[in-house]
Amino acid sequence: MRALVVAEHDGEAIRAASLACLSFAKAVADARDGTLAWLVLGDRPDQPATEAAQYAPVFVVDSPIFAQPLAEPVSRAIATVVRSQQFDLVCGASSTFAKDVLPRAAALLGGAMASDVVRYEFVDGRSLFDCPQYAGAIVTTLRLIGTPQIVTVRASAYPAAQKAATPSSIERVELDAAVLASRVQCEGLRSKKSSRPDVTEARVVVSGGRAFKNSEDFERLVGRLADVLGGAVGSSRALVDAGITPNELQVGQTGKIVAPELYIALGISGAVQHLAGMKNSRKIVAINSDPEAPIFDVADFGLVGDVYTVVPELIEKLERRAAAL
Amino acid sequence: MKILVSIKRVPDTDQKIVATQDGASVAVDHIPFVINPFDAIALEEAVRISELLTEPVDVIAVGIGEDSYEQQLRTALAMGAARAIHVRCSHRLDPWNVARLLRAVVEREQPNMMLMGKQAVDDDANQTGQFLAALLDWPQATFASRLEIDGQQIRVERETDHGIETVKLPLPAVVTVDLRLNEPRYASMAGIMKARKKPLDVVTDQELGVAIEPRVEVIRYRSADTQRRCERLNSVDELLERLTNEVGIKRP
Repeated sequence: MRALVVAEHDGEAIRAASLACLSFAKAVADARDGTLAWLVLGDRPDQPATEAAQYAPVFVVDSPIFAQPLAEPVSRAIATVVRSQQFDLVCGASSTFAKDVLPRAAALLGGAMASDVVRYEFVDGRSLFDCPQYAGAIVTTLRLIGTPQIVTVRASAYPAAQKAATPSSIERVELDAAVLASRVQCEGLRSKKSSRPDVTEARVVVSGGRAFKNSEDFERLVGRLADVLGGAVGSSRALVDAGITPNELQVGQTGKIVAPELYIALGISGAVQHLAGMKNSRKIVAINSDPEAPIFDVADFGLVGDVYTVVPELIEKLERRAAAL
Repeated sequence: MKILVSIKRVPDTDQKIVATQDGASVAVDHIPFVINPFDAIALEEAVRISELLTEPVDVIAVGIGEDSYEQQLRTALAMGAARAIHVRCSHRLDPWNVARLLRAVVEREQPNMMLMGKQAVDDDANQTGQFLAALLDWPQATFASRLEIDGQQIRVERETDHGIETVKLPLPAVVTVDLRLNEPRYASMAGIMKARKKPLDVVTDQELGVAIEPRVEVIRYRSADTQRRCERLNSVDELLERLTNEVGIKRP
């Protein structure tokens, strides 16, 4: 049994979510007496490939087309390598990149795919995958029919992989021009540069909801509290829809799924779609003016109050304490 | 121009969804069914395109499943689709087979664009659109938050983890839509009356020449246990104390 992890990287480093996905692949390989490897695609991806090799053997495809995450060449490259190297399992950490390219690759490989896997079990010779469905209200255990099997993995469900004692091999793969062609052209990416950690990778996430009336208040209260705690900021869908926060901050069923050590929900009522994105956090704190808000049902600690008065007090006391140390 | 929009019938996930005792299914008997919210956004976009472009635009809604699908297809017609196709199929379907059935419909109808929700809110799979694009060997643009038609090309803004990406692609193409593309309209009374007279064609999986090949076998469903015992605190000082001692926050 051979497992392949499609690495996601920024041209320099492997993303933390991919290292968690490698842990998943290792769990599968260990259960089935198998081996694992990375696939690193990129435009001169020597740096991420070298980093990846510290964990497991690497197949690397170097092409300028991979400077952008285009679904056609990426999915064809994955399918080509999987066929030629006879991999049985292909996985990637759930992200908009993996969700775009892995299903397309899966269709080229026969269509046996599971999304957002949070648990793996090998029972009576069968691989079983647990996948959250219905906005996380249901966990479905399923089996895929046929090989290769393609899965996306929720990074928050697995710890980061450990480096091996010695680096593994890096094997370069050359692919035909037809494989690397794309009819889709990327014209640009608009993103807000942030000095804060990514919401899916942070140990602490501070999230704001409908209670915040504008971007300035959000930044002054949610942003500042996140900075004081060294965390990331998140947002409910309501604020993204209102144009108060950018879409990449959205936590929920259709946004990002997070499971930090600490999740602080500020002025978030707790619609099921939001809960789907954060309820597996280790500790959850909710601050909301409505004592009946459903967010309290999934919280460990709740404080009823107006975020406009509670949060400044919390920030001030945390800062004062930090200064006293 | 011809636009095909796939419509999935799903239980309203704003309701409380639980698994049955035996784990064999999800208890949906008491729950109303709706058009998958993302598919409603796809349909709205197609209808807006038909209202905007000067050339005639044929918007066709496609649903795959049992007789009950007629209800959602009538709603799609009332929202503005010109015609609906019901692929009557009683098999349990996974994304692979839905994509194969949709491919067969696309081959019959030859649309310029396939618009669909990025995921269905029941299985949350987020696979079918990409599967279909690969099966048709069409370019794809997933997670669209803005769509512009420019002759035989489209420009799509995509919501990604790292920001809004703009892509340009030729038609025919598969576009899957995200939440912020538009706000779907409600069907008006006049729309509902008109929908009764619009054509709703029925075809079966056999007639489309598609033999179902299962790829996913569900072993069991279980309700996720998410309730925690929330300790209610009375002050910021109490919260600080808990954060320090029980959560172990580190100071920056």
